[in-house]
Amino acid sequence: MHPLSPIVRGGRATIAVAVLFVPTVLRGGDLSDSYVQLAIAAVLTALGFVSWLVTRWRIDGDDLQIETGVLRRQSLRFPLSQVQAVDIVRPGLARMFRVAELRLRMGGASGSTARLAYLPEREVEPLRDELLALARGDRRDEGAETTAAGAEERVLTTVPTGRLVASILISDVGLVAEAVIAGLVVTALLAPAAATGVVSGGAVWILSALTLVWRRFNQEYRLSVAEGSDGLHVRSGLVALTAETIRPGRVQAVRMVEPLLWRQLGWCRLEVDLAGRQRSKGEGQGERRALRAVLPVGSRALAGELLDRIVPDRPREQSRAPRRVRWKSPLRYRMIAWGRTETCVATTSGRLRRVTCWVPLQKVQSLRRVQGPAQRSLRLASVHVDTAGRNLHATLRDRDVAEADRALEQLTVLARDARRPLGSPG
Amino acid sequence: MAVDESSIGSDRWRRPSPRLLVLRRLQVAAAALAALGAAGALAVVAGTAPGLACAGVAVVLGLVAERIVRRRFSAWRYAEREDDLLVQRGVLFSRLSVVPYGRMQFIDVTAGPLERSFRLATVRMHTAAAASDARIPGLDVEEAARLRDRLAELGEAQAAGL
Repeated sequence: MHPLSPIVRGGRATIAVAVLFVPTVLRGGDLSDSYVQLAIAAVLTALGFVSWLVTRWRIDGDDLQIETGVLRRQSLRFPLSQVQAVDIVRPGLARMFRVAELRLRMGGASGSTARLAYLPEREVEPLRDELLALARGDRRDEGAETTAAGAEERVLTTVPTGRLVASILISDVGLVAEAVIAGLVVTALLAPAAATGVVSGGAVWILSALTLVWRRFNQEYRLSVAEGSDGLHVRSGLVALTAETIRPGRVQAVRMVEPLLWRQLGWCRLEVDLAGRQRSKGEGQGERRALRAVLPVGSRALAGELLDRIVPDRPREQSRAPRRVRWKSPLRYRMIAWGRTETCVATTSGRLRRVTCWVPLQKVQSLRRVQGPAQRSLRLASVHVDTAGRNLHATLRDRDVAEADRALEQLTVLARDARRPLGSPG
Repeated sequence: MAVDESSIGSDRWRRPSPRLLVLRRLQVAAAALAALGAAGALAVVAGTAPGLACAGVAVVLGLVAERIVRRRFSAWRYAEREDDLLVQRGVLFSRLSVVPYGRMQFIDVTAGPLERSFRLATVRMHTAAAASDARIPGLDVEEAARLRDRLAELGEAQAAGL
């Protein structure tokens, strides 16, 4: 690990400490008033330093091994064959110190993430290529060649900043934030006294709305997708840079979201779902549940091009729901549809925004047919397609009972056949 | 219940042990008795009329609950097919899950104190998907053990990657 890791890990705390103390020191005042704070800061720094000191990692055969902890010694082993994705994350502070974090996303229900924080910037990329090579099953001595191979890539798309800004402004999050701000401005103009009250009362909400917008912008700024030999490379970020590698065949599901306002402009958003929870201590709230956007905003043609890489054999047309669905879900009725090929199932739903999901049948974990009371009276049923991804639910909504049963049976057989050739233990 | 399984209906369905129904009925009866006791206490404190009314409500609710419990019990069924396990459940929301053996991550067999005293156990299959829902309650202990071993065996034979 890089010696500066504890400081970067401390991140915002470090900045806060610096902000607290620098003015005092500059003014030449003594620090006697802030002994307690100083002591806490010192202890925290020491703890961070110790934790850095005892953390070791190495590549042992097909495993990545991380050892950490003082009192509770922990030895973690991550089998590289089960790596779902490898990310390089560089928060603002880390970029200042020229270090980067490597994150390995593992599959499995417990969904752990291996973090190597922080490594020197120039070592990170070769290491990622090596890990990916190992994950593919190459021996270690071939690592040098794959590094060269990993460098060859073809940029597929880059999102223009102007379009990203525009898309966020008319997205759901953006609209909420705008409404909040507009409301504030209006109250401030009409009744300044009331405005201060609103601001102090709803500060949390306002802040969180703004943070959401900012996070989205920060994460998706200049997002570019490139095709490399070891998968799709997704790079993005304004302050914090992330570079992700999505291995082929690890995508559990893809979805395309077309909000009402975006549809007028022919825009859509493409997100992929991978196995394993993206949850670990250091990650922010937003990162936890957000799907990885491969295309934050783009035309349908562009999305189709990307989709071709991710789910090559996808259904071209989808069949609509029976007319009587209008009585049950009047808003959804126009959207509901589904289609399938031999290897992939697609479903469309949504009230105001249209959400289309593609699930490779290889990835289907289980199928469920659900029929509620309203559906029973209309002779309808839904078929849910469950995957190991956390955030995507593909559902064949509101089909005729007979059709739902047929679909359930066909999908079961197709999923079984799609699974068969895949012999790797999982 | 008019649930049409044109193609799936031909499989051999198994049901939870009838002792599960006995257990559920006893639970309802216990709750109804407790309510009756409360009604009796109310009769002593506040007079006969409200006490009787409460007792009546308790009895009616108990009967309704018994009916719900019975229907829910008869809705549970499962079938072991060649490649997957079918589990059907639910009266109001009827659910039919198809869980391939190859997707199984692990199996849980649980038995609470009440279930244990009736020699029952609940078997649950977990897949990598959180939404998968394959739970079979109220199996005979022997049947639960058999199912567990059989599923584990089949799961190992057909295991597939994520």
